[in-house]
Amino acid sequence: MQEFRYRQAKTVEGAVRAGGTYLAGGTTLVDLMKLNVLQPATVIDVNPLPLAQLEALPGGGLRIGAMVRNSDLANHPVVKQQYAVLSEALLSGASPQLRNMATTGGNLLQKTRCYYYRDTNYACNKRQPGSGCSAIDGYNRIHAVLGGSADCVATHPSDMAVAMMALEATVHTQGPQGERAIALKDFYLLPGTTPDKENVLEPGELITHVTLPPLQSGTRSHYLKLRDRAQYEFALASAAVVVRLRGRHIERVRIALGGVATRPWRSPEAERALEGREATMENFRKAADAAMTGAKPLKYNAFKVELAKRALVRALETTTQTERAG
Amino acid sequence: MSTSIIGAAVNRIDGPLKVSGAAQYAVDYTLENLAYGVGVPSTVANARVVRVDAGEAEHMPGVLAVLYHGNTPPLYRPAEQLEHSRAGEIRPPFEDDQVYYYGQFVALVIASTLEQAQAAADRVRVQYDVRKPVVLLSEAAKPQGPPRVHSSRGDAAGAFASAAVTIDETYTIPVEVHNPMEMHATIAHWQGDKLTLCVTTQGVMNYQKVLAEVMGVPLENVRVISPFCGSGFGGKLFPWPESMLAALGAQHVKRPVRVQVPRSMMFTTVGNRPLTRQRMRIGATADGKLVSIRHDVVQPMSMVDEYVEYCTGVTTMLYECPNVETRQDLVRLNVGTPTPMRGPGIVPGLFPLESALDELAVKLEMDPIALRLKNYAETDPSSNLPWSSKHLRECCQTGAERFGWAKRNPKIGSMRQGDEILGWGMSTATWHAGRGGATVRVRLNADGTARASCATQDIGTGTYTIFAQVVSDRTGIVLDKVQVVLGDSTLPPGPTSGGSTTTATVLPAIAKATDQAVQRLLEAALITPGSPFFTEDRASPPKLAMTNGWVHEVDKSWNSGVPFDEILIARRLAALEGEATTGPDMAAQEHYSFHSFGAQFMEVAWDPGIARLRVTRGLTVIDAGRIINRKAGSNQILGAVVMGIGMAMFEEAIYDPRTGKPINNNFADYLVATNADVPKLECIFVEYPDYHLNEYGARGIGEIGLAGVAPALTMAIHHATGVRVRTLPFRMEDVLGGERATIV
Ligand SMILES: Cc1cc2nc3c(=O)[nH]c(=O)nc-3n(C[C@H](O)[C@H](O)[C@H](O)COP(=O)(O)OP(=O)(O)OC[C@H]3O[C@@H](n4cnc5c(N)ncnc54)[C@H](O)[C@@H]3O)c2cc1C
Repeated sequence: MQEFRYRQAKTVEGAVRAGGTYLAGGTTLVDLMKLNVLQPATVIDVNPLPLAQLEALPGGGLRIGAMVRNSDLANHPVVKQQYAVLSEALLSGASPQLRNMATTGGNLLQKTRCYYYRDTNYACNKRQPGSGCSAIDGYNRIHAVLGGSADCVATHPSDMAVAMMALEATVHTQGPQGERAIALKDFYLLPGTTPDKENVLEPGELITHVTLPPLQSGTRSHYLKLRDRAQYEFALASAAVVVRLRGRHIERVRIALGGVATRPWRSPEAERALEGREATMENFRKAADAAMTGAKPLKYNAFKVELAKRALVRALETTTQTERAG
Repeated sequence: MSTSIIGAAVNRIDGPLKVSGAAQYAVDYTLENLAYGVGVPSTVANARVVRVDAGEAEHMPGVLAVLYHGNTPPLYRPAEQLEHSRAGEIRPPFEDDQVYYYGQFVALVIASTLEQAQAAADRVRVQYDVRKPVVLLSEAAKPQGPPRVHSSRGDAAGAFASAAVTIDETYTIPVEVHNPMEMHATIAHWQGDKLTLCVTTQGVMNYQKVLAEVMGVPLENVRVISPFCGSGFGGKLFPWPESMLAALGAQHVKRPVRVQVPRSMMFTTVGNRPLTRQRMRIGATADGKLVSIRHDVVQPMSMVDEYVEYCTGVTTMLYECPNVETRQDLVRLNVGTPTPMRGPGIVPGLFPLESALDELAVKLEMDPIALRLKNYAETDPSSNLPWSSKHLRECCQTGAERFGWAKRNPKIGSMRQGDEILGWGMSTATWHAGRGGATVRVRLNADGTARASCATQDIGTGTYTIFAQVVSDRTGIVLDKVQVVLGDSTLPPGPTSGGSTTTATVLPAIAKATDQAVQRLLEAALITPGSPFFTEDRASPPKLAMTNGWVHEVDKSWNSGVPFDEILIARRLAALEGEATTGPDMAAQEHYSFHSFGAQFMEVAWDPGIARLRVTRGLTVIDAGRIINRKAGSNQILGAVVMGIGMAMFEEAIYDPRTGKPINNNFADYLVATNADVPKLECIFVEYPDYHLNEYGARGIGEIGLAGVAPALTMAIHHATGVRVRTLPFRMEDVLGGERATIV
């Protein structure tokens, strides 16, 4: 770990003005600082900021403060009842200890678990632009089959963000230029030739909260995460589904995939393949095929293409089962 | 003499210390002026160190020294001649300028605080002349020279060629790392030329000898203390480089120095279970009688030492088969030196043997238990000796009944539970039983307590408690009045905790020492004025005994006598002691073959739609002689089964062939079983005391619980899915239809 300055922020404006790297739960930041992967000169502790509220919005929807802990968010009654996909995604992530520390803002900005990103002795374009990618020719079982480039195939590891993608969340920030709202679908960048640039935040921009739009009554949602062991492992493939049926007819569906892509992966292709159609296994499979058409498997992760399809099909099955109606 | 305490389910006497945090582990020792050593691990696997640039590090705050090859005198090598004198790696750190594997200690930074040492270690720049490492088995040179192990009875090749039914398959087990919760650590403290070491080890005596040899001082100058050990699993049988570096560093900075191996280096420089590639050829008659077994093993070895994972031993003894040939070869890789890991040899050896047997059962359409019983070895076929005690048949039958084996439909995928497909598998387990030498001292104290001591150690298995149980058994002194002192090389010599032999080894010595102390007490009772048993009649004194901690006349009730401490008080003694040394019974070893046996049954549930496969049930039936502590005993078995679930389903150190780095060198990426992966497990002991081994009839139980888990699980997976997993661990790729890409 490098020596760094530590400041505690008292106000949002003060935090933004201070200019530095924000410390929330620290479960990503401190880990990577110990490995010398992140070497901030100044760390600004945002824990004292009044950003830990979770409120149901008057017109429906939810406002989630950036400092709301993953455990609190997952177990909030409104989230459990109305946004099951989000609660399930959070509870499938990390471990109870980590979830008690991890925050909403930090979770959105967590770093990849790519082995080579986490070791400064390896070339990594994300960590050190222009140095090369060690994963493409390395052991890439956990890497992305969607959204990769010749410079980076690192998976975005967040479960929460995948659920929020399907929930069409909006990220609210405050930066040196003032406040803004960014649709989550526009928030994450593909790696392209600049994998170090992971999202549209400007330096010093602070996430203050996330909003979720209301869901129409009768909407069902579900998060399914597949991995080697039952707990405490990142997704090898996951699917978030938010769907509303009329009879067996799919009126509206939002789909996002995790564990297989370089960013939380909203799949309009799969949505298009389903909307206006019947909820049948055949259509689910078509949607899964559509979601994965662009997949580019690497040497060790070809199985993820099939795994992601299975995750999506099952999540659709689960959310559209008739006995779950109501 | 009461017997109820033996075999009871006894809580660990050291339990309260552990749960309250009062138990002192190696790094808990706070010594005045303690300095901290942090290693600089190599980031390449095959190189010459051209230069260690410590200029910046040396000038950082708190830094006391940066040591490396070139600025430190070489350490001596361990002699490895005496019975106990084995290091994990024969090459002491900094011996030469070569890097043999990734994560090797290249330098050691010593500073006044851990943080200062860590910060400075990050700034030591090492310049390497790098050669291409050889890390994967597929890249290794062909084995050279004669095999390391070769055994043959009958004509295995000929019998295989003419067998009615044959199996010829190759099985691969990747490198597994021990990774006990407590990382390896040493605090070294010199006072003049006397060295005290606070460590975490499975063998204080061996540690003492090795460190004396490496540091070039007389044995009596070295004291090793390890009262508690946060598990070892074999990884702490022998001292590893960090121990020598702590001693070297402390000598250099003239302060006590602590070196703890960080988790990442737990994957590289403190041993591993080596990868094994094992070809198994089995020939049988059409009705399932084995006619030929051939077992060929190729196993990587490090560049600096040699360790043979003796996988084939079990093949020669487990089943009746006239023609058996085994062979083991070594190849060299740029990986850290392997070392025994819980169930060495037998655990990795049983996986291919029991798997191939199941493949045979499938081919023969024969029940796997029936196939095993058909080839049941009534005597040890490798030595032709009778078994000291073998009840494997009963293990199989008891287990089958309890598990409901009769309901197993052998057809693949035929058993369902809800939407999931169930698979059932079973395997034989075995472990050799042994007994070594130990000296134990037992004191009966005037305050009514007893104390037993020995330079063995409790590595988390319950050894403290077993000492107390035996003393209590023979004196009637209640458990919480028996103090047990272990884990200190100044105590009477005791065994290394390895090979599941500690209990069988120490029981006779504890018993004998206790009896001796009691005998002295009873004699004192007769000759001490003031004792109620004092008598002038030396010719025919009353016969005395000790029961419930009281001394009394043999033919009278115990409470007609007096508490034993009254005798000591009357005689004005602080204590009376017994000390006894016992060793293996050589005659018995010539007449019997000593093994424990077991049958293990596992169930998996498979959700084919999402390729999800989970372990849902596990039953182990064990024949390990008499069980001394039922609670610690089943704890050992169940813990081993959990480890077996890890072996079959999760564990695999993945090496990057470019750098030699195990890239999943942390607990997030190296998967072990979590609680959620472990179903309710059950353990049953069939108890037949093995009096050929010791008077309590107890054999060891530390390892056998792991032995059959992986083959039972892969058999269950096959039963559910039709997929035969021959390369561990199971991965969801195996049941997704495509090819599984592995890196070995
Ligand atoms: C062993 C392990 C296993 C894990 N498993 C999973 C898993 O299975 N699934 C999963 O989804 N996640 C997993 N995680 C990741 C975990 O969810 C994240 O580490 C956590 O959510 C990050 O939140 P935090 O508050 O601790 O962030 P921090 O570490 O405090 O911050 C992370 C990053 O976000 C920035 N940041 C934080 N807050 C703000 C803000 N308000 N505005 C702007 N920038 C901000 C920080 O500067 C930093 O760059 C795992 C982590 C570990 C260590």
